[in-house]
Amino acid sequence: MSVERIKTQGSEAVGGQSAPPPAIELKAISKSFGPVKANQNVDLKVLPGTIHGIIGENGAGKSTLMSILYGFYEADSGEILINGQKKKIHSSRDAISFGIGMVHQHFMLVETFTVLENVMLGAEGAPLLNKSSQSARKELLKLSKEYSLAVDPDAMTGDLPVGLQQRVEILKALYRGAEILILDEPTGVLTPQETDQLFKILDILRSRGVSIILITHKLQEIMAITDRVSVMRAGTMVSERETSETSKNELAELMVGRKVLLEVDKTDANPGEILLEAKNLSYKEDGVTKLDNVSLTLRAGEIVGIAGVSGNGQTELLAALSGICPLQSGSIDIGSTQITPKNHKNPKEFRELSVGHVPEDRHRMGMVTAFTAQETAIMGFHEDPAYNGKILMNNKAVQEHCTRLMQDYDVRPEDPKLKSANFSGGNQQKLVLAREMDRRPEVLLVGQPTRGVDIGAIEFIHKNLIAMRDAGSAILVVSVELEEIMSLSDRILVMFEGRIVGEVSGKEADARQLGLLMGNAGTQSTGSEQQNNNNTTHSEEIPA
Amino acid sequence: MKKLFQTAAASIIALTAATSHAEDIKPAVVFDMGGKFDKSFNEGVYNGVEKFSKETGIKYREFEVTNPSQREQAIRKMAQRGADPIVGVGFAQGPAIEKVAKEYPDIRFTIIDSVVDLPNVQSIEFKEHEGSFLVGVLATMASKSKKVGFIGGMDIPLIRKFACGFAQGAKYANSSAEVFSNMTGTTPSAWNDPSKGSELAKSQFDKGADVIFAAAGGTGIGVYQAAKDEGKYAIGVDSNQNHLQPGTMLTSMTKGVDVAAYNAFKSAMDGTWKPGKHALGLAENGVDWALDDNNKSLITDAMKAKVKEAREGIIAGSISVHDYKTDNSCPAL
Amino acid sequence: MSSPSKALPAWIDVGVIPLINILLAFFVSGIVILIIGEDPIEAVKIVVYGAFGNDYNIGYTLHYTTNFIFTGLAVAVAFHASLFNIGGEGQAYIGGLGVGLLCLALDQYVPFWIILPLAIAASGLFGAAWAYVPAYLQAYRGSHIVITTIMFNFIAFSLMNYILVNVLIEPGQMSPESRDFLTSAQMPTMQEAVGWFGIEIEKSPLNLSILLALFSCTFVWLFIWHTRWGYAIRMFGFNENAANYSGINTQRLVVGTMCLSGVLAGFVGINEIMGNHNRVMLDFVAGAGFTGIAVALMGRNHPVGIIIASLLFGTLYQGGAELSFEIPTIQGEMVKAIQGLVILFCGALAYMSRPTIERIFTAIVESNGTAKEQTNG
Repeated sequence: MSVERIKTQGSEAVGGQSAPPPAIELKAISKSFGPVKANQNVDLKVLPGTIHGIIGENGAGKSTLMSILYGFYEADSGEILINGQKKKIHSSRDAISFGIGMVHQHFMLVETFTVLENVMLGAEGAPLLNKSSQSARKELLKLSKEYSLAVDPDAMTGDLPVGLQQRVEILKALYRGAEILILDEPTGVLTPQETDQLFKILDILRSRGVSIILITHKLQEIMAITDRVSVMRAGTMVSERETSETSKNELAELMVGRKVLLEVDKTDANPGEILLEAKNLSYKEDGVTKLDNVSLTLRAGEIVGIAGVSGNGQTELLAALSGICPLQSGSIDIGSTQITPKNHKNPKEFRELSVGHVPEDRHRMGMVTAFTAQETAIMGFHEDPAYNGKILMNNKAVQEHCTRLMQDYDVRPEDPKLKSANFSGGNQQKLVLAREMDRRPEVLLVGQPTRGVDIGAIEFIHKNLIAMRDAGSAILVVSVELEEIMSLSDRILVMFEGRIVGEVSGKEADARQLGLLMGNAGTQSTGSEQQNNNNTTHSEEIPA
Repeated sequence: MKKLFQTAAASIIALTAATSHAEDIKPAVVFDMGGKFDKSFNEGVYNGVEKFSKETGIKYREFEVTNPSQREQAIRKMAQRGADPIVGVGFAQGPAIEKVAKEYPDIRFTIIDSVVDLPNVQSIEFKEHEGSFLVGVLATMASKSKKVGFIGGMDIPLIRKFACGFAQGAKYANSSAEVFSNMTGTTPSAWNDPSKGSELAKSQFDKGADVIFAAAGGTGIGVYQAAKDEGKYAIGVDSNQNHLQPGTMLTSMTKGVDVAAYNAFKSAMDGTWKPGKHALGLAENGVDWALDDNNKSLITDAMKAKVKEAREGIIAGSISVHDYKTDNSCPAL
Repeated sequence: MSSPSKALPAWIDVGVIPLINILLAFFVSGIVILIIGEDPIEAVKIVVYGAFGNDYNIGYTLHYTTNFIFTGLAVAVAFHASLFNIGGEGQAYIGGLGVGLLCLALDQYVPFWIILPLAIAASGLFGAAWAYVPAYLQAYRGSHIVITTIMFNFIAFSLMNYILVNVLIEPGQMSPESRDFLTSAQMPTMQEAVGWFGIEIEKSPLNLSILLALFSCTFVWLFIWHTRWGYAIRMFGFNENAANYSGINTQRLVVGTMCLSGVLAGFVGINEIMGNHNRVMLDFVAGAGFTGIAVALMGRNHPVGIIIASLLFGTLYQGGAELSFEIPTIQGEMVKAIQGLVILFCGALAYMSRPTIERIFTAIVESNGTAKEQTNG
């Protein structure tokens, strides 16, 4: 033990005589899953009281590395040092006892529990809940004061907005005594404003001495908040930089291993005839208004973007325009066909009217993870005579079709028989896009075109969408990534509480103005966007 | 020693019998679905063959079928192993016995509760309607409201036969008597559902009945309990169940299943086993009503006299009790 | 992000792991048999001989196997659409009623080769009808299919009982059974069938229905994996939203799948009523519908797996009966406990041994596979 410590301090001495040991040091970590080498000889050093970014494409090995640190997996080889001490981490229980906390991409919260109950869960401390709950409440209030993490302990967790739920996750980790916090893709589910707030919290945590590891694939976040950044590619650590000494372009290049185009390169739109016209769509679910008198037109050769905080009717709009939800009122004209509540068409008939649809959540709707790639590649078209004999399916034709899609849309690995779940997010998305775009639909609805997709694939997807626009299709893009909406769209519609509250030309749009519209504060003064975007009852106070 | 003595005694009895001598028999019994501890029919047979085995020291083969295909299989297997006689329990084994008995004409088969018309098959049936008639008489006479109830197990013709005999007896004692009849269910679980039995009993009590006859296997336990709780009377079935709730068990309609099974083995050993149809009624002591210390205070002399009159009438043929299964209908219900 | 895909070769997943699970179940059963003072090795010998020792025993084993194939397929087909059909028992029962009614109505008038297709149709139709109502309630009214199919099992028992006791029973007959069918409505037994080719075997309940069972396996395999309807069923089963997105009429799909499931369960009626008992009677399904759930679970809802699992359960049924015949201390309940252990280990605990096997396998692969080139980037 003591030998180890001397060794660590020895290596640390290079940095500075009196520097404390790194909060976390990983040495030559390797981990394989069967033939797949997820991590190879990975080194990582996180200095105390800093925010350390780890960036890399999907499948680069970031999550595996963090799972090893948090005790979900054990490394095949290599060692872990925490505050200079060599530790063996066999389970997340070990990790917690060493002061490591983790906020997962998908929250591990019980939605029907209160905030307090969630924080206590698994750390009750006493057999009788009553007593421990009182002391836990005290502790929780103390923590939220200390770190400026205001949350109502008695609120039902499921009722809280996503940003606050994430805050509960952070509190949960702090409650267990975490001094080292791992955040896995924390902004994937947040609005721009919520992201800003998260970063403020992280800043406060850093100032109180908490060491933070931030895993992300978004370059602007790395630039905005981290002190140092490590770049992973294909299971190895390719480089480490001071954030202040690097740039987005350099990081992107390091991640992908080649030069990438970050800006979307497109010409001005040349809108033609109206291909789809929705009039006065309204939709209620369980008495809650989801769509409120929405009208919009899509013209040939233009990309229309829908901006908005998620949950403001975008999902229902896509569902209505693709036939998944029967209309309740209003009408949709597609070419010469009019769809009304009385004349309903199902998604199959919408497809026959040349409407393609890439759903927002590919795992929930756009694909079947248990299907092979070739089965996913014919979803919605499985009754097409091209893939069917009289009775039996023509599997050969299906396979050929899928192989062609994979070639045309650069889906890797190019194996139609591989299970859809085994493709990376980007390749899954390319496969879904390929399926919908290959038919050259006149109208293409795209939800979250690049959610969970790595940089290389984003570039490819954007290029293809624009190519399709230029070929004369009308494209509707729904995305929570403002940057994406702004760079792709020729026209931007902003949705708020089921209504379209504003329209901005793509050229003239700026993030600040859109952000205000998204919080329905477009007409108010522009001074206080953070407060206004919170359309719930939970007020937040963040001292500077 | 004791066993030796018993065997010796049995041999002597057999030797002294005029027409036959003791045989070295390999008896077997095939119990039906429900198993040998069903507190009812199968268990009666089990008690009979156990008694035989204890008395003679002769071991018997046994099998409990768990699905209908096994009936024929098990009986045939017994025959293949040279078992003789083979006792089949319950009417459901009738067709299986018939098939196998044709294949093995030299082996003796006994079927209880059914009729198989073959030269090597002994068919034993009980005139349950006669025994039920007697307890029906007792029920009406003990009833103050002149309303009596019947609770059957699974709704099958055999149980309707009980119900029908009971109703006739009740009306014989008092032509204005009212009889309620309920079946517990239509699946075999109806044989073993005491809580449902108790519920049905309570609803019949609510309608005014104060004596209930249960022919429902284990379900009856609930009926007897309900009668005790409400201070009304219940009548047991198959074996003497008077001891279950002394004081509120009016009587039991006994069915000599154990005796029949015992006799099948015993007569085969003695060489007196005879094929053909044997309907055991009151005359043959195959069915009866139970009188013991537990219920003697409940049975008045008038009741004894009336039931004696009925018994004699039935045996003599002056009273004819309608048997439900002859035409699948019951005029009294 | 990257969920570690712990992919084992298929032969381990569908071959080695189930085998180990069965051996584990037998091992625990052996201990139980030891506790009650019997010799487990002897017991295994009796079970194996009892199931496969001679043509007569094999006949019984395969007869049960036939039932389990039908009910296993029924459960599997529904399960591909993520529907849990607990009603196989009732559907089989009513299927048998359908066969029986048809045979009783026609056996005096038309020959076997006309009755056979009609009887198959009747069994399927009655089974499907019994599945239709719960399916309709699930698809259009939102009642849960597990609850409704269980309820329909009970209704089936009552209906059968009512019809037998009040309608079909032969007057003067004690047991609630119909009259025997004439030979024109009897499925040829395997003894008769191989007799046509001059081969002599012992008579057992095994009959030509087993061919229908094997045909059904092929049909289900083709239908589920090689037709657009099967594709839709699987999609719906994996992901209902995806099926909606794809424009599949999910309500019709639920009803159609359940009806197919009911048809397959109804075929039990052909095997038992037309092939074995040759009359309508109570209880002829004897739990095959419920065993089908275990069969489908063990067979991973694949026809090949279902055939293997059915054979295993056929062996346990027949060998187990022999066991309690030969060793009276091992009673019917004991045999049921052994069957339960097999279900427990192969169904509920199916993945218990997987991590260990995975580790062993990985170790073996790594120890001799260092030269292997890594293919996945």
